[in-house]
Amino acid sequence: MAKYILKRVVAAILTIWVLITIVFFLVRLMPGEPFTSAKLTPEVKANMEAYYGFDKPMIVQYGTYMANLLQGDFGYSMKYTNRTVNDLIGETFPYSADLGIRGLVMAVSIGLILGIISARNRGKKIDFFCVIVAVLGTSIPDFIMGAVLQYFFGIKWGLFPVARYEGIEYTILPAFALSFYTLASVSRIMRASMLEVTSQDYIKTARSKGVSELRITCKHQIRNAIMPVMTVMGPTVASVLTGTFVIESIFAIPGMGRHYVQSVSNNDYSMVLGMTVFYGIFLVLCNLIVDVLYGVADPRVRIGKK
Amino acid sequence: MAELKKDQFIIKGKDTVRMESISRPSLSFWQDAWRRLRKNKSAVVGLCIVVLYALLAIFAPIFSPYTQSEMDVSSQNAFISAAHWLGCDSTGRDLWTRIWMGARVSLSIGLISAVLNMCVGAVIGGLCGFYGGKLDMIVMRIVDLLYGIPSLIITILVMMVLGKGITPLIVAMCVVGWIGTCRFVRGEVYRIKEQDFVMAAKVLGVPDFTIIIRHIIPNILGMLITNLCMAIPGAIFQEAFLSYIGLGITPPDCSWGVICKEGIQFLRYYPHQILIPAFFVCTTMLALNLLGNGLRDAVDPKLRGTE
Repeated sequence: MAKYILKRVVAAILTIWVLITIVFFLVRLMPGEPFTSAKLTPEVKANMEAYYGFDKPMIVQYGTYMANLLQGDFGYSMKYTNRTVNDLIGETFPYSADLGIRGLVMAVSIGLILGIISARNRGKKIDFFCVIVAVLGTSIPDFIMGAVLQYFFGIKWGLFPVARYEGIEYTILPAFALSFYTLASVSRIMRASMLEVTSQDYIKTARSKGVSELRITCKHQIRNAIMPVMTVMGPTVASVLTGTFVIESIFAIPGMGRHYVQSVSNNDYSMVLGMTVFYGIFLVLCNLIVDVLYGVADPRVRIGKK
Repeated sequence: MAELKKDQFIIKGKDTVRMESISRPSLSFWQDAWRRLRKNKSAVVGLCIVVLYALLAIFAPIFSPYTQSEMDVSSQNAFISAAHWLGCDSTGRDLWTRIWMGARVSLSIGLISAVLNMCVGAVIGGLCGFYGGKLDMIVMRIVDLLYGIPSLIITILVMMVLGKGITPLIVAMCVVGWIGTCRFVRGEVYRIKEQDFVMAAKVLGVPDFTIIIRHIIPNILGMLITNLCMAIPGAIFQEAFLSYIGLGITPPDCSWGVICKEGIQFLRYYPHQILIPAFFVCTTMLALNLLGNGLRDAVDPKLRGTE
């Protein structure tokens, strides 16, 4: 077990390093300059470039950046004067994290329940309904879901606040819009794996022993069927996270996704770099946790070839 | 019991002609798959919608009296009418024309990038799976590393480096998009390579190239086409997302992502500007998903009903 975890941790660190390196050099390759204001005289511009270290060779900049990063310092923003990337992340990330966690919990819990109900009632009307929800979910892009929800529930029927993020009732629409796609895919995977498990010998054994249906579902089916859902949790976290980019701008939530999109269009190099690295590390760590948990839950994974 | 005599029986012999005759036409794999696909109602509906939209994307703008960027001040934000079948946007551009011009861009980006991803992934994955060895090890290490990195982040950064437009978008989507296909094809090729018919071909001295063309490719083609069909909605989704955050297609070109982005700004007062394009985007995705599911069941009946 320790060997398995160690292997995953080393792989994760390597991935993070490759990610930072790729992102660093890609960001330096970007066209457009961060200091483009017409008021800047050449001297001032040169001073600013010296201040941010752009006059040094690329490899030195890379070294400095990595050294700072190891101390947890993501650098300065170039557009928002005198503010560090750490500040902005610290300010905006709680909103995104809150929204993301709500979305994720909603997606996984509703998705699992739909999948289980659907598999238990295979071929009946309720199964058909769940399958339709699943197909719809994977067919509706999240920004469209967000806009449609906002229009009908917020503007037309006035059931929920239209925008901003100031209380529990503000979180429901964006969290649901964010979770819908994931909810659908979780319910599809859960349904498929529940059906697969149903034909296994141990279920037949349990049934022939006279174990009640409810107990079979809870104790035998769900516990075994949930494994494939766990494998997709890594990509799921990623899709929820990138979903926040658009959902936050639709619902005017002051989160990190909205800032990221703005920095992209502002050519704010250090901001894009810092946030991308932050997102990347976050996602790689999420994947690592999922991998380790998977190894704990299913011994075959750590003994197996891969 | 009545006595049976020998002369009551006639030796008819074997009718060798009828024995060997095939009573039904033999179906090739693809005919069989097509037959199964046709029986699947939702897949047929999906196929019809896809074909219909593709035809509309080709012909609707040609026969439309408007162009995608022609602004008409008098019909700003116009609702659905005889003159403007789907209304107009905030600058008085005809939505019917814009949606189908956008469909041209969105659908072709979806198709091209999915096909490119599939080709690159299949070639690399196929080579790795077939030859194995050092090449396989090195490529797989790289693939595993890239797989751990969230693909959208890389796509966004590559877009920022390459600039906006259709070609950069396709390139950016292909930088990391091939990895999924690569892993899948490698696994399949690895599995098929070990089977007896490939061994038999090898023993008979068939060159590697012929084995790949004649034996390996036909065996994974069905799965590949299914994957392709499933990848197209993903690509359209990504294009719309990138255009939506302002990195993909920029005016004067338009795509579904651009139209939705413009429409959302006027959600409160002119909801038709977002709801109508949204309808077309969603039905396209739905149709492709249904078709993909149907194709998967058709080429691999074992999987039917599992999902």
